[in-house]
Amino acid sequence: MKFTGHVYKFGSNIDTDAIIPARYLNTFDPAELARHCMEDANPDFPSKVKAGDIIVADKNFGCGSSREHAPIAIKGAGVACVVADSFARIFYRNAINIGLPILESPEAATAIQEGDEIEVDLETGQIKNLRSGEVYQATPFPEFMQRIIARGGLIDYVKGSE
Amino acid sequence: MGMTISQKILAHHAGREHVEAGELLNCKVDVILGNDVTAPAAIAECNRLGREHGYARDSIVLVPDHFTPNKDIKSAEQAKILRDFARQQGIQNYFEIGQMGIEHCLLPEQGLVAPGDLIIGADSHTCTYGALGAFATGVGSTDMAAAMATGEAWFKVPESIKFIYYGQAPRWVGGKDFILHAIGDIGVDGARYMSMEFTGEAIRSLSMDNRFSMANMAIEAGGKNGIIAADDITLAYIEDRVKRPYHIYQSDDDAVYARTIEYDVSKLEPVVAFPHLPENTRPVSQVGEVWLDQVVIGSCTNGRIEDLQAAAEILKGQRVYSGLRLIILPGTQTIYLEALRRGYMETFIEAGAAVSTPTCGPCLGGHMGILAKGEKALATTNRNFVGRMGHPESEVYLSNPAVAAASAIKGRITPPWEVL
Repeated sequence: MKFTGHVYKFGSNIDTDAIIPARYLNTFDPAELARHCMEDANPDFPSKVKAGDIIVADKNFGCGSSREHAPIAIKGAGVACVVADSFARIFYRNAINIGLPILESPEAATAIQEGDEIEVDLETGQIKNLRSGEVYQATPFPEFMQRIIARGGLIDYVKGSE
Repeated sequence: MGMTISQKILAHHAGREHVEAGELLNCKVDVILGNDVTAPAAIAECNRLGREHGYARDSIVLVPDHFTPNKDIKSAEQAKILRDFARQQGIQNYFEIGQMGIEHCLLPEQGLVAPGDLIIGADSHTCTYGALGAFATGVGSTDMAAAMATGEAWFKVPESIKFIYYGQAPRWVGGKDFILHAIGDIGVDGARYMSMEFTGEAIRSLSMDNRFSMANMAIEAGGKNGIIAADDITLAYIEDRVKRPYHIYQSDDDAVYARTIEYDVSKLEPVVAFPHLPENTRPVSQVGEVWLDQVVIGSCTNGRIEDLQAAAEILKGQRVYSGLRLIILPGTQTIYLEALRRGYMETFIEAGAAVSTPTCGPCLGGHMGILAKGEKALATTNRNFVGRMGHPESEVYLSNPAVAAASAIKGRITPPWEVL
């Protein structure tokens, strides 16, 4: 899977309350959650984000609550991929389980700026900054995890292999 | 090479003699927990899998505690999904309001979690049960669904950090301060993906309620789990509660740790975490002047009887500061009743506090104490992220129950010794 998209940049320790505040957790509908995605971190984000955009963040993205609503909101908003210096453990697992592509790259997280266009190749783990021409290398996921993401998540993956 | 207590529990549940950090294991799990926020999505995923029956129903525990008693129609619909599923599938461990509690106070109290267990919960504070010498960790709804359908989950064996707490803690310093101090030291990602093992003489003499507060906040340092080896204090706690076999594990003397960190607790003061991260800690004497609009005492971190006792000792014969709202949430119905019998409820209400049925409510900005723009709250809860208790421009400070009670009297963040 390859994506090219416009970057929204966030800092360190973006917690799941910032990704989707608990006041909206009385539903798990992706479209409804998407309307409030990241609104406490960047109030303009839900109205401005477009399908195919990419989130780039610093350390410990998705820390805090185990709510799967967080990656669901991001995916529901049309975000193609999240690149971060590092991810909090539960978010990392949840993202794969619901089929949201993610990659860890400290170099990319440092160098990429808000508004950059970047190209992400999940198979190779290569992230290319189309503004600067720089290329950053993330460790790609093993093939079975790429298949989970390609299938749209663990449940669809399991259903498909049954 | 020896194993840590966490590695031993994972190895046992994978049917293995020995495991090492970094290995991926498929394990049988003893308890699978979900609440009214996370379980509806898990149940929907199970339905998509087409599993009408065959759930690991004896392991499943469902507690509607987040937005209950239901705050609006949508949350009532979510809670109904749990209730209907529990009925249809014959799940015994579903706890209706009126007989329930905040999940992480309730499960140990009901004897549903035991030393040596492998526990997953679709709630990040599932790590609380590590206080009993169990391996307990938070997962999302899909992992919960897969475990409900199969009784199993996969785990990466974590590395461990060993925390040695020594010395004698001063008065008003307890488990909440031990863990906030550690989070302040290593940061909110200081134990990311890792196991936090709490040991030392100060832990061995710590009550279960204080141990629960510590293990509860392992996730606030990014930890996969927090764990305290079971000892006589643990056994006394579970004696009349746990009705099934359990295992007590100890870390080997030659177990390998990624880091070992020591703290002299005799030098600690009660700790306050400033907005907007639990790592922004200061000793209470260095807080400065922080005026408050609301104080919350309760939650899965500090909603137990000893927490209410500490608050009652300070609030006895005192009045809540004019214009400040004090909200007290006992962790379970049993704790509520015990507090009532001991006269704490009278103390709280005479002081001018609002007391609620058990709920996660304000801790996550759900209901029962939401902050307006610009308001400040001190809470005995576990997170002070932006917007956590309400408006994104409100602020949450974290402390132990004694500091919270003293602050409710003075109207600003106050050490307990200033009011007693």
